[in-house]
Amino acid sequence: MTKTAQHSTHDGHGHHHLSFTEKYMFSLDHKTIGLQYLITSWIFLLIGFSFMMVMRWQLAYPGAPVPVIGRLLSASLAPNGVISGEFYNSLGAMHGTIMVFLGIVPLAVGAFGNYVVPLQIGAPDMAFPRLNMMSYWLYLPGGLLMLASFILPGGPAQSGWTSYPPLSIVNPGQTVWLLAMVVIITSSLLGAINFLVTILNMRAPGMTFNRLPIFVWAQLVTSVLLLLAFPPLEAASVLQLMDRLAGTSFYLPQNIVVYGMLHKASGGGQPLLWQHLFWFLAHPEVYVLVLPPMGIVSEIIANNTRKPLHGYTTLVGSMVFLGVMSFIVWAHHMFISGMSATLTNFFLITTMIISVPSVAILTCLIFSLKGGSIRYNVPMLFALAFLPMFGIGGLTGLPLGLTATDIYLHDTYYVIGHFHYVVVTGSIIALMAGVYHWFPKWYGRKMNDTLGLIHFWGTLICMNGIFFPMFILGMAGHNRRYWDPTAHLHNLPTQPLHVVSSIFAWLLFIAQLPFIWNFFYSMWKGEKSEENPWQATTLEWACPSPPPHGNFTKPPRVYRGPYEYSLPGKKTDWLAQDVAEVPA
Amino acid sequence: MSDHGPHKPDVKMYLFVFGALMVLTVVTVLVSWLHLPIHAAVAVGLMIATVKASLVAAFFMHLKGERKIIYGLLGMTVFFMIILFVLPLRDFHDLAPRTQHIAVGAEQP
Amino acid sequence: MSTLAPAVSYESDTGVTNAKLGIWLFLASEVMLFATLFTSYLVLRMGALSWPRGWEVLNVPLAMCNTFILITSSVTIVMAYAAVVERDKPKFKKFMLVTIGLSFGFLILKGIEYRAHFMHNEFPSTSIFNAIYFTTTGLHGLHVIGGIIVNSALLYLSDSQWDHPLFVGRVEGAGLYWHFVDIVWIFLFPALYLL
Repeated sequence: MTKTAQHSTHDGHGHHHLSFTEKYMFSLDHKTIGLQYLITSWIFLLIGFSFMMVMRWQLAYPGAPVPVIGRLLSASLAPNGVISGEFYNSLGAMHGTIMVFLGIVPLAVGAFGNYVVPLQIGAPDMAFPRLNMMSYWLYLPGGLLMLASFILPGGPAQSGWTSYPPLSIVNPGQTVWLLAMVVIITSSLLGAINFLVTILNMRAPGMTFNRLPIFVWAQLVTSVLLLLAFPPLEAASVLQLMDRLAGTSFYLPQNIVVYGMLHKASGGGQPLLWQHLFWFLAHPEVYVLVLPPMGIVSEIIANNTRKPLHGYTTLVGSMVFLGVMSFIVWAHHMFISGMSATLTNFFLITTMIISVPSVAILTCLIFSLKGGSIRYNVPMLFALAFLPMFGIGGLTGLPLGLTATDIYLHDTYYVIGHFHYVVVTGSIIALMAGVYHWFPKWYGRKMNDTLGLIHFWGTLICMNGIFFPMFILGMAGHNRRYWDPTAHLHNLPTQPLHVVSSIFAWLLFIAQLPFIWNFFYSMWKGEKSEENPWQATTLEWACPSPPPHGNFTKPPRVYRGPYEYSLPGKKTDWLAQDVAEVPA
Repeated sequence: MSDHGPHKPDVKMYLFVFGALMVLTVVTVLVSWLHLPIHAAVAVGLMIATVKASLVAAFFMHLKGERKIIYGLLGMTVFFMIILFVLPLRDFHDLAPRTQHIAVGAEQP
Repeated sequence: MSTLAPAVSYESDTGVTNAKLGIWLFLASEVMLFATLFTSYLVLRMGALSWPRGWEVLNVPLAMCNTFILITSSVTIVMAYAAVVERDKPKFKKFMLVTIGLSFGFLILKGIEYRAHFMHNEFPSTSIFNAIYFTTTGLHGLHVIGGIIVNSALLYLSDSQWDHPLFVGRVEGAGLYWHFVDIVWIFLFPALYLL
C-alpha cells in the first residue's frame, strides 16, 4: 500500500489545531496552496497587463507623454513623461516573463492543478504536501525577485523574455532575471514531481487510467513537459549567469563591440547555443500554457452539454502525442537565426506534424457539442469561446511553421497576434471559464451571473479588438519589439491600427473590473451553493464545498468513466463516478 | 499493487561491481595514454563510461529487477536526452565551417 | 495528514512507493540538466578552431583519485542501505560516516585542483575550455555538497527515525541520488580529462 509522507505528530483523530501561519501561510493542504497560487497568479497577470497598458500608449501615440503615470515615472525611465526606449524594452521583457512564468503556468498548474487534481482522482491530498508548500514558497519569492529587478541596481531585464545573447550578456538587468528564473524553475520542477507521483500513485480504487477526467490527463502530460524541458533552461541560465558574472564566453563570440568598446571576453562562444537551449524549454512551455486550459474546457463542455465527450481516447492520445512532439519542434522559433538548413527542414516537418493532434483535440471538443443539451451558463460561454479563438490562434500558426512564409513573418506583429490568440483568447479565456466553473467548489458560493455575462462579452470583444489588427500589422511588415512604430516609413499607413489595439486594451482592463468585484464579493456574500451545483459526474463534486481537510468523508470508489451523462434508460441525466448503480 | 519491499542487498555483487568499476577506471586512463585520435578516443571513452554507469545503475541503484514504470520513465528521459544532444550537434556540425571561418577572419588585422 | 483510515488501498499500478517514484522523477530532471551541460560542451568544442586534449591542461592523476573516491563512496552508501534493511544500526552509521568522509575527500581534492588552476591564472573567463571545465565540475561539486547535506541529515536522524516505516525509503532515495552523482562523474571524468 502506498502511503503519503505523514506528520509524525498526527494522531489520526481529525482534530488538529493549526496556528494562523500553519493554516493560511505555510499550509500543507493542496486546496489552500491552490488558492494561494490562484490569487497570486491573477495579481501577477494584472501586473503584467498593466505593463502592457503603459506600452500601448507609446505604441498608439509615439513620443507623447503618458497621462497620469508619465508624471510619476523618474526621468531616467520616462524623460518628460515619454517612455524611453530602454524602459519600453524593459516593460516588454517583463510583460512576457511575468505573463508566462508568473501568471499562466502557476495559474493553470499551481492553482487549478493543485486544487482540482487530487479531488478528481479521489486522493486526500498531493503525494508530497511539504514539497507542495515549498513550490509555492519558491514561486512567490522568485516572482517578487523578478519584480524587484525594477528597483535593484542594473534595473529590470531589457532583452526580451527570450534573453538572447550577446545582447542579454552586455545589457543591464539580466542577472536578476536569470536568478529569479532559476528560483521559479525549481518551484515548477518540484511541482511537476508532485503531480506525477500523485496522479500515478494516489488514484482512488477503481480510478483506472481510462476513467481519468481529461483535465487530469492534461495535467499529467503537462507535468512531464515541465519535468524534462525545464532543466535545460536552468542549465542554460547558469551558463548565461557565468557569462555575465564570471566573464566566461559560453554565448559570446570573439570581438564583440559594445558602445564602441571591445567587450572583454575570451570568445569562442555560440549565441545559437542559447537559442537552442532556451527554445528546447520554451516550446514545450507553450503546451504547458495550453494543455491544462484544454482540460478545463473539456470538463466544462462535457458537463454543460449533458453528454460524454466525443472521442475520449482520441483526446488522450492526442494530448500524449502532442506532449512528445512538443520536444522536437523547438527550432521553428529559429528558422531565420542562421542555423543549418537541413535542421530547418527537419523542424518544418515536425512542426507540420504537431498541428495534427491540436486539430484532433479541437475537433473532438467541437464534435462534443453536437446533439448536446447545451446549458449556456457563464463557464460554458467562456469554454465555447475558447474553441474558435484557439482555432484562429492555431491556424495562424501554420504560416509561421512553414519556413517559406516564416521568412517574411518572423519577428513581425503577425507572430504577436498568433501567440496572443492562443494564449490570451485561448488559455486565459479557458482559465476564466475554470474560475466560474469551480468557484462554487472553492468557496461554497456562486458567482453572480450578470456580472459574469458583462465580463464575458467585454473580455471577448476587447481581446479580439487588441489582437486581430496585429495580423494585419504583421503582414504589412511591422517589426515587433519596436518602441517607435513610426520609425519605419512603411508602418505609417497602419499606425491607426495601433490606436485601435490600445483602446481595446484599456477597455479590456475595464472589462475585468466586474470579474474582480464578482470574485471577491461572491467569496463572502455570494449566493450559497450546494455541493454539486452543476450536476457534474467527476469526483471533485462528490465532496462538500469547500472540501474539508482530507477531502472525502469516506474514501471514494470509482465505478465508471468521467462523463456518464444522458445514459439511455437511466432516471437521471447524469451518473457520478463514485455512485454504485442502484438496481432500477 | 504494493511495493515489493526493499531490495535484498547482495553484498558479494556489490563488491564484484566495485572491483569492476576500479578496473575499468584504470583501463580508461591507460587508454588515454595511447593519445588516440579524437574520434577513436571518444568512442572508446564513451563505451567504457557507459559500461561503468550501467553497472552502477543496474546493481547499486537496483535498476535490475525494478518496476516497469521506472524503466518507462528512464526510457522516455533517454529519448528526449538524445534529441537534446543530436539536434543541436547536427546544427553546429553543419555550421562549424562557417563559424570557424568567421573566427579566423576576425583575427586578421 | 489524512482523515482516511490507513487501510485504504490506492489504485497504484506502479508498485513503487511515492518516495521512490519521486526520487526517480527528480533524477530524470537531473539527467536533462547535466545532458544540457554535456551538449553545450560538445557544441562549443565542435565549433572551436582548436581545443586542448584533456591531459594537456588538467591534472589526470588527481582526478583519477577522485574517481576512485567517488566509486568507493557509492559502495559504502549501498552498504549503509543494506545495513538499514538488515536492521544493523551501528553498521549503517559506520558506512554512512565513511561515505560522508569520502565525499569530503572528493571536495578537498577538487579544491586543491581548483586552487592550482587559480594560482596559474586559469579562471573560467580565461578560455572557453576553462569555462566549461569549471562550470560542469562546479555544478557537479554543488551536487556533491547537496549529497553531503542529505547524507549527514540521515546520519544525524538515524537514532530518532530508525523505526520510522519511511526511513528505509529515505536512505534508499539518498543512495539513488548519490549514485546518480557518481554516474555524472563517470562521464565527466573522461569527457573533460581524457579526451
